[in-house]
Amino acid sequence: MPAAVTEAGPAPVSGGGQIAVQLQGITKRFPGVVANRDVNITVRRGSVHAIVGENGAGKSTLMKILYGMQRPDEGTISIDGRPLTLATPSDAIDAGIGMVHQHFMLADNFTVLENVVLGSEPTKTGGRIDFDTARERIRSISDSYGLDVRPDALVADLGVGDRQRVEILKVLYRGARILILDEPTAVLVPQEVRRLFGAIKELTGEGFTVIFISHHLDEVLEIADEITVIRRGETVATVLPRDVTASQLAELMVGSELPSPETRESTVTDRVVLEGRGLTVVDADGREVVKDVDLTIHAGEVLGIAGVEGNGQTQLVEAIVGMLPLVGGRLELDGTDITGWGTRKCRELGVGFIPEDRGRHGLLLEAPLWENRILGHQTEKPNSRGVWIDRRGARSSTDQIVDEYDVRTPGIDVTANSLSGGNQQKFIVGREMSGSPKLLVAAHPTRGVDVGAQAAIWEHIRRARRDGLAVLLISADLDELIGLSDTIKVMLRGRLVADADPATVTPEQLGSAMTGAGSVDEPAAPAPDPVAQRLATPDADAPGAAAADVVQEPSQPGPNASGESL
Amino acid sequence: MKSRLDPGRIGLALVAPVLALVFAVAIAVVVLVISGYSPLDTIKQMVDYASQPRTQALIVNTATYYYLSAVAVAIGFKMNLFNIGVDGQYRLAALAAAAIGGNVALPGPINIVLMILVAMAVGAMWSGIAGLLRAWRGVSEVISTIMLNAISTAIIAYLLRPGRLAVQTQGSNNIGTKPIPKSSQVPGIPLIPDAGMKVFGLIIVAIGVGVGYSVLLNRTVFGFDLRATGWSQTAAVASGVDVKKMLVVAMLLSGAVAGLVGMPQLLGQSYSYSLDFPTGLGFTGIAIALLGRNHPVGIAFGALLWAFLDQSSQILDLEGVPKEIVTIIQGATVLSVVIAYELVRRYRLVQEQRNVGKALGETSEPPVVSSGATA
Amino acid sequence: MSAITSTDTSPAPAGRSEGKRASRTSLRFIALAVLGLIVLLSVVRQVSGATDLTAAGAISAALALAVPIAMAGLGGLWSERAGVVNIGLEGMMILGTWGAGWAGYQWGPWAGLVAAIIFGAIGGLLHAIATVIFTVDHIVSGVAINILALGATQYLSKALFEGKPGGSTKQSPPVHDMGRFSVPGIGDPLGSLERHHWFLVSDVAGILRGLLTNLSWITILAILLFPLTYWVLWRTAFGLRLRSCGESPVAAESLGINVYRTKIVAVVVSGGLAGIGGAALALAASNFYQEGQTGGRGYIGLAAMIFGNWRPGLLAAGSGLFGFSDALQLRGGGSVHALLLLVAIVVVLVGLWQLYRRRVAQGIIAVASGVIVLVYYLVSDEVPAELTGAVPYVTTLLVLALASQRLRMPAADGLAYRRGQGS
Repeated sequence: MPAAVTEAGPAPVSGGGQIAVQLQGITKRFPGVVANRDVNITVRRGSVHAIVGENGAGKSTLMKILYGMQRPDEGTISIDGRPLTLATPSDAIDAGIGMVHQHFMLADNFTVLENVVLGSEPTKTGGRIDFDTARERIRSISDSYGLDVRPDALVADLGVGDRQRVEILKVLYRGARILILDEPTAVLVPQEVRRLFGAIKELTGEGFTVIFISHHLDEVLEIADEITVIRRGETVATVLPRDVTASQLAELMVGSELPSPETRESTVTDRVVLEGRGLTVVDADGREVVKDVDLTIHAGEVLGIAGVEGNGQTQLVEAIVGMLPLVGGRLELDGTDITGWGTRKCRELGVGFIPEDRGRHGLLLEAPLWENRILGHQTEKPNSRGVWIDRRGARSSTDQIVDEYDVRTPGIDVTANSLSGGNQQKFIVGREMSGSPKLLVAAHPTRGVDVGAQAAIWEHIRRARRDGLAVLLISADLDELIGLSDTIKVMLRGRLVADADPATVTPEQLGSAMTGAGSVDEPAAPAPDPVAQRLATPDADAPGAAAADVVQEPSQPGPNASGESL
Repeated sequence: MKSRLDPGRIGLALVAPVLALVFAVAIAVVVLVISGYSPLDTIKQMVDYASQPRTQALIVNTATYYYLSAVAVAIGFKMNLFNIGVDGQYRLAALAAAAIGGNVALPGPINIVLMILVAMAVGAMWSGIAGLLRAWRGVSEVISTIMLNAISTAIIAYLLRPGRLAVQTQGSNNIGTKPIPKSSQVPGIPLIPDAGMKVFGLIIVAIGVGVGYSVLLNRTVFGFDLRATGWSQTAAVASGVDVKKMLVVAMLLSGAVAGLVGMPQLLGQSYSYSLDFPTGLGFTGIAIALLGRNHPVGIAFGALLWAFLDQSSQILDLEGVPKEIVTIIQGATVLSVVIAYELVRRYRLVQEQRNVGKALGETSEPPVVSSGATA
Repeated sequence: MSAITSTDTSPAPAGRSEGKRASRTSLRFIALAVLGLIVLLSVVRQVSGATDLTAAGAISAALALAVPIAMAGLGGLWSERAGVVNIGLEGMMILGTWGAGWAGYQWGPWAGLVAAIIFGAIGGLLHAIATVIFTVDHIVSGVAINILALGATQYLSKALFEGKPGGSTKQSPPVHDMGRFSVPGIGDPLGSLERHHWFLVSDVAGILRGLLTNLSWITILAILLFPLTYWVLWRTAFGLRLRSCGESPVAAESLGINVYRTKIVAVVVSGGLAGIGGAALALAASNFYQEGQTGGRGYIGLAAMIFGNWRPGLLAAGSGLFGFSDALQLRGGGSVHALLLLVAIVVVLVGLWQLYRRRVAQGIIAVASGVIVLVYYLVSDEVPAELTGAVPYVTTLLVLALASQRLRMPAADGLAYRRGQGS
């Protein structure tokens, strides 16, 4: 067997004798692409083995192969020294493998209990599910690992962190000894990451093996016992965390340094582009999901909104672009009152929109690229003249976008879904910038794209900002948010509860504010630095109450300390 | 297919319906053999009968209203709306138009235009109910149009009574609306020589509807919005399409075209709406729209094929073979054609991904939508 | 049909694992609702003098007519709970009627029932293959199956029934009767009680006599299938897996559940149930297969399931409603006219409830429609015979228009699912 490890040899890990998982020569081809090529990984029992690589490097495919959801074209898999064929997830589950998927695999309308037992139901005679036994078992697992899962809660009512713990419980319930965690930290705030790491340590301490997929290098260096780097579908190195730095890992991962979202000089002008006052949005049940939000964005300014997913950012964005009605408040774009305008009119006035889910909101996946050029700009030049579609105009403009924004495609007649995520996103960014908008609403603009595309998109946003574009940025990637924004506001339970200065704030501090844990009842409490001070002071019209009712550890004095305790 | 005439793609587009038809005929052959009839004789009789000029004229006439019905369905399909109610819409529309035409004494051509407009308005009104219910109350148009079909049957039964809209037809126990005056009848076109009958004059309207449908869909902003909504409602919303309005407008358009379905027959042949006015054309339209892939030309071929099967099978009963064998062929065609289209779609997707991969050099990133990649 | 109906934000009906409290509450609610309905019927009968409203004959007919609808609806429930929209129920029911007639006249009614189930299940299998394996649009496949079923039965009738004694191109030879079942010893006393036309007492007697005597075995089977379905789908491991395919097939597959197989089983069962509905028409409501016998009941069953909110209890209630209005219409007389009064009262009550819940628009619409119906009742003497046939359909539309926002279908209902689709 040719040695796959190129840089550092597989150094023995403390206590690591036996091998839990061995992947040898795994190759997986899809039409037009090779997702994995001759991948070799050895995972020791009781260790945390991280697999890092940028978006699209083939990590997820590899894990699907290990979990029996995809079959490799070549190569072998051994679990605990025995070679196995994993044809379905059942085979993997039988082999003691469990997977926590990046996109949670939960049925919203089922209870936690139903989701957990599904497929491994304890039954009484006649196939009847033994709910009491199941409930008991879930409680005991939940208690032993501090997962804090309530078996009878409806999953639809749970937050992101809760859902992840349900997923972990699902895996443990099935008696898995090898856990695959696919990008588990992507949706978590730093405090929840701490809590997750605590659980992982507890598990490995008891002999569980954890395979940890990530592209956040700092986290990987912190939690992993061994790190395997994948680039373009191949294993390029297996290293020990103590032997490498984050920048060396990045070098291995992408062949160069990671791009930084850092923006240096301020280009903020005093010309107000977007002015929102008292914006309020309700959901179908009449609950206020955006409450009384005030915001102002100037030309040349990037306003970042930080928040745990599901705190109203999506609705705020959709209300600003006219997809959701405002039940209260007033919205002005460049001096024009656009309150109550539909999406088309907003867009015609100069609003570019990069939606958070490009597959659902940004593209017609089955339509050719040039028709996707028209989407969102149907009534604008060069796509149409009057009621008629201008095919020639749209096509030549598509060519232009493909050129300028470096969209890798063989032509503009291929359907959008045959492009990679990064190229799709570059295309969307190009489309939304091409009408020289006044305001760009960008929700997670680099989610799920490769490093090259990420760097390009950041650069495009920075350039447009220099040219006087106002940008509303929503992102779960706190580094991106801090790097790109001129101003950051924190959203919690539909309100903007705090401001932060991107020049000084740290992701941890932001995370505290996002969960409400950073807000303290006594403003007099000594804060470590001025930023935390600002964080600790909620907006004038939300006097502490909104934040205080979700403080999870009221006894903790400050944001940092509370972070540890989670 | 829409933008570039690539022979390979057109060939691929034809593979599916041809395969499906072959498959359906094969099933029919098996059924015939099992029930003791000779498939070869049966097919020969059908082909012989269809090669008579008179049958050909009948086929063209039948295809005319099938075409209109299929276009009505296709307008809905293009934005994922299922207008199963074409059936009720055209019958109600034809009844209303016939009643107006028979009772209003306007000069001929104006009366014709009036009848056509009334038919379109009534069809649109009836489908509009489903459109509004869907847009404002979230009621699935599938269910509501099925209900509306049944309701329209009841309404027609109620109205088509002596003393209401109907009169006794002379020399039979049939009843129907008062016949349309001669001046308002649309003359036929002697398209097929020696047929002994003419082709519906309103075939012109059908062709016009087809052209209009094509232009509207592919060349206008409205058509783009409609197709975008069909591809992805969420993306359409984000692009500024008012989906609720779109739902209603698409339903209205579909219903207006549905209103035309009965017109060739009413103005070109029966001149009154009576108990034996053709029914079930709406369901045929669904099948033909599927067969023709909602494409204006594809639908035309589908309509002709369907009409051929229907008309040429008329001879079979005389020969002792149940002519319902043709319904089996038709049902099997619909089912197998949608399956065949799906298989071709998957094949194409894989092909395209492979081509993209080849053109760009192999990367390690699989395409975002894996549905095609995991076959 | 998936996109708009579901608002998906209202909490789902209480999970049954929440314990017994929820089910006891809903039991009490059902009991109250039934009681209220009986009182309402008695009042309307007293006011209008339409004794047929609660006559044992009418109730018995209503039950018999509800069975085919209920079976189609139950079929829809099985299929849609597994995520497959089944508009082909009508076709499967047609296959069921034909199978019942064909096997029934040769080998007796019980063989007819078995054949009906098998024929319906074959229709279901076809739908399953098309939708699950080939991911054909569910409605397209359903429509195709309806066309195919109609053509096949017409063809087969011509080929097999024509020339047989009592058979024709559109009808099977007659089938022997299955026999009927009555709860012993209650028929006569209830009957005499009923004849007194006492308020409430006679009504209850009539209803009981209708429900407990002279029942077809297929009706009994159908009634038993409801608790059985509930038990299977909501209490057993198999049921949980089946429902998980309708809620989140991706999650189900990631836990090792064979989504394809589960869905196929569900749709085949669905077809079999629709087949039983067909048997009820061909063996219990009449004693032969006849072309057009189903008369769109497959669609009505689907509608009953939808406004039953994809749950068996409410589905049964909806089917009962349709059966009742069907029965009154068949029996003629003034009872359909009297039904208008009932409808008016119910719709006004619903409207007032909506107003109380501050759903102003719905409330006003409902009250207004109720008043219109009431006025129509007062100024007219009878409902034109041709229009009474439309009553179930109009009712369905009204109910859907008023209640659709509160309905929640399975999250992945009607969506194509392909193996390995999960990310």
